[in-house]
Amino acid sequence: MPITIAVIGNPNVGKTTLFNALTGLSQVTGNYPGVTVERKIGTIRLNGSTAHLVDLPGTYSLAARSPDEMIVVDVLLSQQTGEDPVDAVLAVVDATNLERNLYLVSQLKELGKPLVVALNMCDLADKRNIAIDTAVLSAELGAPVVRICAHKRVGIDELKTTLTRVIHEPIPPASKGPEFPGTLNSEVDALAQLLNDDAAGVGRHVPRLEVFRLLVDRGGYVEERITRGGNGISHHLEDSRQRASQNGSLAAVEARERYAWIRRVVAAGVVKPKTRATTSSDKIDAVLTHPIVGTLIFGAIMTVIFQAIFSWAGPLMDLIDKTFVAAGELAATALPEGMLQSLVQDGIIAGVGNVIIFLPQILVLMLFIAILEDCGYMARAAFLMDKLLSRCGLSGQSFIPMLSSFACAIPGVMATRTIGNRRDRITTILVAPLMSCSARLPVYTLMITAFIPETMLFGGWLNLQGIVLFAMYSVGIVVAIPVAWILKRTLLKGETPPFLLELPTYKLPLWGTIARRVYRHGKEFVVRAGTIIFAVIVIVWALAYFPHSGAITQQFDEERGSVGQAAISDDARAAALTDIDNKESAAHLRNSYFGRMGLAVEPVVRPLGWDWRIGMAAIASFPAREVIIATLGTIFALGSDVDEESESLKSYMQGATGNDGTKLFNIPVALSIMVFFALCCQCGATLAVIRRETQSIRWPVFAFSYMTILAYIAALLTYQAGMWAGWGANV
Amino acid sequence: MRTLNQLKPGQTGIVSNLLGAGAIHQRLQEMGIIEGTELQVVRLAPLGDPMEIIVQGYHLSLRKSEAALVELA
Repeated sequence: MPITIAVIGNPNVGKTTLFNALTGLSQVTGNYPGVTVERKIGTIRLNGSTAHLVDLPGTYSLAARSPDEMIVVDVLLSQQTGEDPVDAVLAVVDATNLERNLYLVSQLKELGKPLVVALNMCDLADKRNIAIDTAVLSAELGAPVVRICAHKRVGIDELKTTLTRVIHEPIPPASKGPEFPGTLNSEVDALAQLLNDDAAGVGRHVPRLEVFRLLVDRGGYVEERITRGGNGISHHLEDSRQRASQNGSLAAVEARERYAWIRRVVAAGVVKPKTRATTSSDKIDAVLTHPIVGTLIFGAIMTVIFQAIFSWAGPLMDLIDKTFVAAGELAATALPEGMLQSLVQDGIIAGVGNVIIFLPQILVLMLFIAILEDCGYMARAAFLMDKLLSRCGLSGQSFIPMLSSFACAIPGVMATRTIGNRRDRITTILVAPLMSCSARLPVYTLMITAFIPETMLFGGWLNLQGIVLFAMYSVGIVVAIPVAWILKRTLLKGETPPFLLELPTYKLPLWGTIARRVYRHGKEFVVRAGTIIFAVIVIVWALAYFPHSGAITQQFDEERGSVGQAAISDDARAAALTDIDNKESAAHLRNSYFGRMGLAVEPVVRPLGWDWRIGMAAIASFPAREVIIATLGTIFALGSDVDEESESLKSYMQGATGNDGTKLFNIPVALSIMVFFALCCQCGATLAVIRRETQSIRWPVFAFSYMTILAYIAALLTYQAGMWAGWGANV
Repeated sequence: MRTLNQLKPGQTGIVSNLLGAGAIHQRLQEMGIIEGTELQVVRLAPLGDPMEIIVQGYHLSLRKSEAALVELA
């Protein structure tokens, strides 16, 4: 079996850059089961044999507070199911910030596995006159220290040689790590014995390091996991803590002893200037986090990002759309008319197109996020925005995902990966689809231009249509605030997570790292989410196609036949034939399973002011909301290639009558449709991405359910209030 | 007793004690805010919260509610 080496370090120490430099393109990414942590494994050649490198998420400590954080501990202790046991540990540390970085190293020492410390950012340390004697540091740490500069690929070979050496000739730890009080040690030993005893145990071997965490991390994840199921351990645990913590809290004892050890190590091996000189990073920060200038720059950066995903991605998306439509038409001419043609053209090709169409937005947003994060600005953005979002229980890290969701919820949901806390991340994922995305705009445009009068208000300053559009964009935000607030107090309730965010030193972004990241996100979306989206689209096609009654086809074939024989001009004949085709599509759609569903839900949507046709269009739009325009086109027998600007669709809708002969659409109906679309999660792709990002079926189901219920209630209130206010008569 | 959240930008203080329990109490110390450490407040965010400090030679952002747990000598 190949050797497995775990790569670990604090966030922002260049761990990913080093991992890339070591493994090159031989990386496999995935997820650990049940958690939202990315699993990344690469291979390297060490002295002729292959070794696996596991890239663990950046962390400051092994004190896990959530299942996500526990992954690191479980992998390191070789007790993560499905993972190879770890043979050695490579700790990446920031040479300019040794004190805090060595905290994690002091914990890693206690694993008792071969350990190598890669001292990264040595160039920056030199610049700041921080002199590190690696030989002394190695001796003090009891582990070889290698100076590297990951982004310049300096020291990589020496690092490989050192790794090979420690694996083949393990060095007995020459130096002791931090020393804890005797009472703490004896309590850990006693608890370990109890847990690993057959009678009282938890049914598996619990390593000493895990027992240490159990004792010290009050309310931590190890405690939750081991005391789960009420096995009487919690009783012993409390007694143990009482006995061990006569000298302040155990967390304080641990931190004090570790930092005391770190001070000794650093005092021996590092010489640095007495006073901290102002760095160029400090100077940049004076501008970028300035109350006025910083806020303006932040606003400008967000505007650029928003513009980029909202409009710059547009031409590419149009191009993709046109390409797939052309491919569909090509397939239609190549295949005989019938089910196969419809499946290929409207199912498969349209399905693939509907996945690929999101790629430009995803890639553009991921590019911006990767740049902002790599250069260190992301933490500043969270710093600037934190106060605003803390009011609804979130943190500043939720801002960019929420903003991005105004363009498209899919990249928005993917952007939540930068949120450290799991509950915050899931809350953000759940409210992100409430932001009015670009796919809602066609629905708003159609309804507003067809039914909202162009009245100028406030002495000609404001257009009523503009106000309604603004209201539709606001409704999502207005609803998202209480939803997030409630979620954080109910389903995702928990201790307020500490908002301790390191503001890393600014650096120039590394284009290689960024390119890899953007590529990986794009690929993951296409491969993982794409397959689900594609399946959904094929199902939708089937629901709209079947049972495809032969009687309907036959009836329209007869009409076509009589037009063919009629004595009229060619132009008139062509127009008549198109008209028949459109009517046939409408008849088939009405008879399809979707049409039947529309008729079945009519009593349910009646209170929203809708009839079966609007109900059906809304149902057909659940997989992708933009479908409503084409569906309405088909329902009103205009053919499916209408768009929101289409005058004929508008006039048909304006003239459409309901079952009782009155106008089907009026202002309250148009408003209720828009509100429904604003709040409903009509996007299979978003749900697929939520499923992927949360690694659970529960959250997409929840998002779908709460948004649908919310949309229905809000649309109901809008329609009823509108009718009560007397707006129903104005069309 | 003075706490970290009362310091103004530019002011420094030495940690004497940490209040609270659980995750925040532990995380603050893991990040290097322990007894005897010198802290310097760099600035406040434009909306007055969170605050940015220098501790153990690096920049850290924390909310005022968290800074209120840090007692200074």
